[in-house]
Amino acid sequence: MKIHKYDTVIVGAGGAGMRAAIEATKRSRTAVLTKLYPTRSHTGAAQGGMAAALANVEEDNWEWHTFDTIKGGDYLVDQDAAEILAKEAIDAVLDLEKMGLPFGRTPEGQIDQRRFGGHSRNHGEAPVRRSCYSGDRTGHMILQTLYQNCIKEGVEFFNEFYVLDQLIVEEDGVRKSAGVVAYELATGEIHVFQAKAVIYASGGTGKFFKVTSNAHTLTGDGQAACYRRGLPLEDMEFFQFHPTGIWRMGILLTEGARGEGGILRNKDGERFMEKYAPVMKDLASRDVVSRSIYTEIREGRGCGPEGDHVYLDLTHLPPEQLDAKLPDITEFARTYLGIEPYTDPIPIQPTAHYAMGGIPTNVEGEVLSDNTTVVPGLYAAGEVACVSVHGANRLGTNSLLDINVFGRRAGIAAAEYSEKADFVELPENPAELVVSLVEQLRDSTGTERVADIRKELQETMDANVMVFRTEQTIKTAVEKIAELRERYKNVSVQDKGKRFNTDLLEAIELGNLLDLAEVMAVSALARKESRGGHYREDYPNRDDVNFMRHTMAYREVADDGKDSIRLDYKPVVQTRYQPMERKY
Amino acid sequence: MATPTMDKVEAEAAASSHLITVTFRIRRFNPEISADAVWEDFQLEIDPKERVLDGLHKIKWDLDGTLTFRRSCAHGICGSDAMRINGKNRLACKTLIKDINPAKPITVEPIKGLTVLKDLVVDMEPFFQAYRDVMPFLVTTGNEPTRERLQSPEDRERFDDTTKCILCAACTSSCPVFWNDGQYFGPAAIVNAHRFIFDSRDEAGEQRLEILNDKDGVWRCRTTFNCTDACPRGIEVTKAIQEVKRALITRRF
Repeated sequence: MKIHKYDTVIVGAGGAGMRAAIEATKRSRTAVLTKLYPTRSHTGAAQGGMAAALANVEEDNWEWHTFDTIKGGDYLVDQDAAEILAKEAIDAVLDLEKMGLPFGRTPEGQIDQRRFGGHSRNHGEAPVRRSCYSGDRTGHMILQTLYQNCIKEGVEFFNEFYVLDQLIVEEDGVRKSAGVVAYELATGEIHVFQAKAVIYASGGTGKFFKVTSNAHTLTGDGQAACYRRGLPLEDMEFFQFHPTGIWRMGILLTEGARGEGGILRNKDGERFMEKYAPVMKDLASRDVVSRSIYTEIREGRGCGPEGDHVYLDLTHLPPEQLDAKLPDITEFARTYLGIEPYTDPIPIQPTAHYAMGGIPTNVEGEVLSDNTTVVPGLYAAGEVACVSVHGANRLGTNSLLDINVFGRRAGIAAAEYSEKADFVELPENPAELVVSLVEQLRDSTGTERVADIRKELQETMDANVMVFRTEQTIKTAVEKIAELRERYKNVSVQDKGKRFNTDLLEAIELGNLLDLAEVMAVSALARKESRGGHYREDYPNRDDVNFMRHTMAYREVADDGKDSIRLDYKPVVQTRYQPMERKY
Repeated sequence: MATPTMDKVEAEAAASSHLITVTFRIRRFNPEISADAVWEDFQLEIDPKERVLDGLHKIKWDLDGTLTFRRSCAHGICGSDAMRINGKNRLACKTLIKDINPAKPITVEPIKGLTVLKDLVVDMEPFFQAYRDVMPFLVTTGNEPTRERLQSPEDRERFDDTTKCILCAACTSSCPVFWNDGQYFGPAAIVNAHRFIFDSRDEAGEQRLEILNDKDGVWRCRTTFNCTDACPRGIEVTKAIQEVKRALITRRF
């Protein structure tokens, strides 16, 4: 075991982590621990753009953007946070441009902007061009640009280090962060990082679904590490299903495709979104479009022999436009489906895409241990966190924005905290939990296999807690997950070695997914209403009287070692916007 | 809209979705067990429309958990899973079984020129060091403008191709010069230097050119086009290297 000492430790090197690192490194001795090489992070898979009311191509302002974000989140958004997001968006985009990001340009040489789902002029009048983009590679460009600037700033990376435990120590009656424990993939060695401030920026949890746009590595490691140490998870029932994933594969096809004029059609060739969202049509918010697609499929208007998908039609757009604005997604269609998007429509289905919920934070990125108490020295930003700027449904282009605005804020806040604070003394045996976790799995002679349990988990999640949910389906999922968690105790790995033991790490990741899937399902069961990405067929309406509140899920451990989930609730911050019925 | 076209697509899709038996012949190496690398064959049932990465996962998840490789996004964006498949550098997640003659054993090896650490995992550090050495970041002088720096669509287009790089190392590890001498910067580093040298906003082109004027710089390139063939992003790598060479001679860029 090695012990390291840093002022600030950042967990994760996607957009939020690297944006934080650029700020933190300037102000404090910073280490970034990342389970992947930084440029492998899933920020790079984001396509369509980053919202900011630059008003470069038409009238726009950040107040409209704030409203759209709150409405898009079905009024579960904390309105103070949404205002910060929209207001700071403009500088966030300009900062990236100054760092070198190659945005698309207008003929005048300014940053070009395009339409995107849910973003509107003057509180819903018509779609507005607010998304700043670079082809359909905006996430790639952000990830590369941030990594390039990390190199410029001399950020210190620990690549292929898996953070598996969050150290929390009580000092004078206050629970504080003391550091993290990490597993080095190359050697199997365990490292303790003592740090005055820790920032989680480790991304989402999408791999508990089968059809997902998420990378294999998005297994909720940060959420799980905090949750296991008694910290709450907020709004985990809210998961976004992106309308246009490649049929059966789930690979993302950007909403920018519809922003450029692409149209969704059912088997009759009908532009069905006109029925569901007369104003915004194909550019309604993602939860609305995904439900509409499944409604078409359920009512027998799906395409293909099994009627299990619909089409994204780009055939009416000029090939030059597709080449210039959507080069990657058209290539995906060619590579993975053998389809030429110039002439043929692309089969799509909704794909599990984004966790709106996560580790609760305030607008400075400080992690909360209950509805109001800050955990000194602990921060989170990006998809791992819940500020909450996305509420019940995130608008497209607001996640690339979120990682930049709140990654920066967390980086500054954490580094400023570590300038003032002292190190918290490490617990006596800081690596205890990780050592026993690793040894148990490596030495286990159990008969259960990781791949089997993971597959069953993904299948039950897809079948029971996807776009449409009922009490019965969620209960089925809860029971199945409980069974799988029991079986997981009897799991073993074949690779017993120390070197690059990805077999072992996949087992640990599965443990994280199982814990988080349970939180999601239990939170969803208790929310007896429909709001944003959480749609209950047995409660099809939004219920502001009983459920205009954030879910806070806590892990409780009984004396006999059995754990359970306790749900609590937190009020939504409302400033100037009264909840209204959501229409697009 | 043309429904007959859809039917055609569906029919083709239905016709080819059946399982076939393929052999994966994988170069295995684990220094914890043996100092020597060996070939190992695995037979599996797979849909030919699946990716080589899907095949590797089937092996790891169902047959041999010790098989070790890097992967993340699984659709050609993150750059984790460059490997030598049937003797050519490709991304395992972007190569479909049907496109590489599944009638014969599919050989999978680590990319060349970088130290193999275990199975298909290589030491990427020298590769990233070369990248860091070319100053891969925008350098400007003077006061920052309050708004964005202006750049015409034409100036933006000038370096578009080289912004696509995902640092997968398929190009660099396909280069015979790099195989023979690991000191050579390699195509990927030059591509990323190109991305900034030809960016109208950047002011450090001369410095980068001097770095690449080194004995291990662009002049080592023998124009074999392996890198262009290997690039999973379709970057015209050799052309970019030629443009850097030309810029070194003319000092115009």
